[in-house]
Amino acid sequence: MSSDAAIDPGISGQAAPDAHEQRAFGFWLYLMSDAIIFALLFATFAVMVNNTAGGPAGKDVFSLSSTFAETMLLLFSSLTFGLATLATKAEKSGRVLAWLCVTFLLGLGFIGLEIREFADMVEAGAGPDRSGFLSAFFTLVGTHGLHVSFGLIWILIMACQIAVKGLSVPVVSRLSRLGLFWHFLDIVWIGIFSVVYLPGIL
Amino acid sequence: MATTTPEDRHGLRSYLTGFALALILTLIPFGLVATGVLSKTPILVVIAIAAIVQFLVHLRYFLHLDLTTTPRERVFAIAFTIILIFIMVGGSLWIMLDLYNRMMV
Repeated sequence: MSSDAAIDPGISGQAAPDAHEQRAFGFWLYLMSDAIIFALLFATFAVMVNNTAGGPAGKDVFSLSSTFAETMLLLFSSLTFGLATLATKAEKSGRVLAWLCVTFLLGLGFIGLEIREFADMVEAGAGPDRSGFLSAFFTLVGTHGLHVSFGLIWILIMACQIAVKGLSVPVVSRLSRLGLFWHFLDIVWIGIFSVVYLPGIL
Repeated sequence: MATTTPEDRHGLRSYLTGFALALILTLIPFGLVATGVLSKTPILVVIAIAAIVQFLVHLRYFLHLDLTTTPRERVFAIAFTIILIFIMVGGSLWIMLDLYNRMMV
């Protein structure tokens, strides 16, 4: 409460809920610009997908079971983050922490699978330097993985803030933006498995 | 769960509905690719439709985007973003595929 109230009146003369709404809108605009970045990486991938330069194509390097496991981990983590959001509304900080921990572990599992997949590909001679197709693949999927990694760090930070400060107004406000970020990343993943993995494996 | 208010239950139902729909819309394309019961083009069409519907499901049930309750400027921002994406992605693909057809085929 205090930090919101301290910053806001000087700027707009309005109370804390408006400050939260302004920040939510600012973060929403950031997500929209991020969506444009991802859309252009998708366009790059679509242009490059057949430029394999005699190297491996999608069906040689992608695994359906691993992709399915990654998809399920992210989808479940979206649900568990939703349950954390509901626990926030019910002001039960213990339950919020528990669901954030589950979300963190699911996200960590996703990143673990992705790192293993990337390492296997590089070891098999299908690294980003092999062909235009693989450069575009690693840029697109790697950018998403980097976002998820930052999301994991953010979840840890928020868990610490809840443990120390409790569910204060600024903490709840930040949690809502983390929720937007996390659900947004799951939406980007729908695009990745529908544009990159499934057509590649077909 | 004795202390949950009706609003909580509504929220929980919303998340669970979204999750169930997303799960179905994920299982359909993965199942088709795994079993290969259709030929390639129909499977690609199903993948595209399932992805678009699942995108809308996520917006509605996870991001709670609602044309009546969501602040107007957020709806404008996402509409503007979708227009930009259509222009930039559509334009890039149009130019590059046209170039490919003129030079490589």
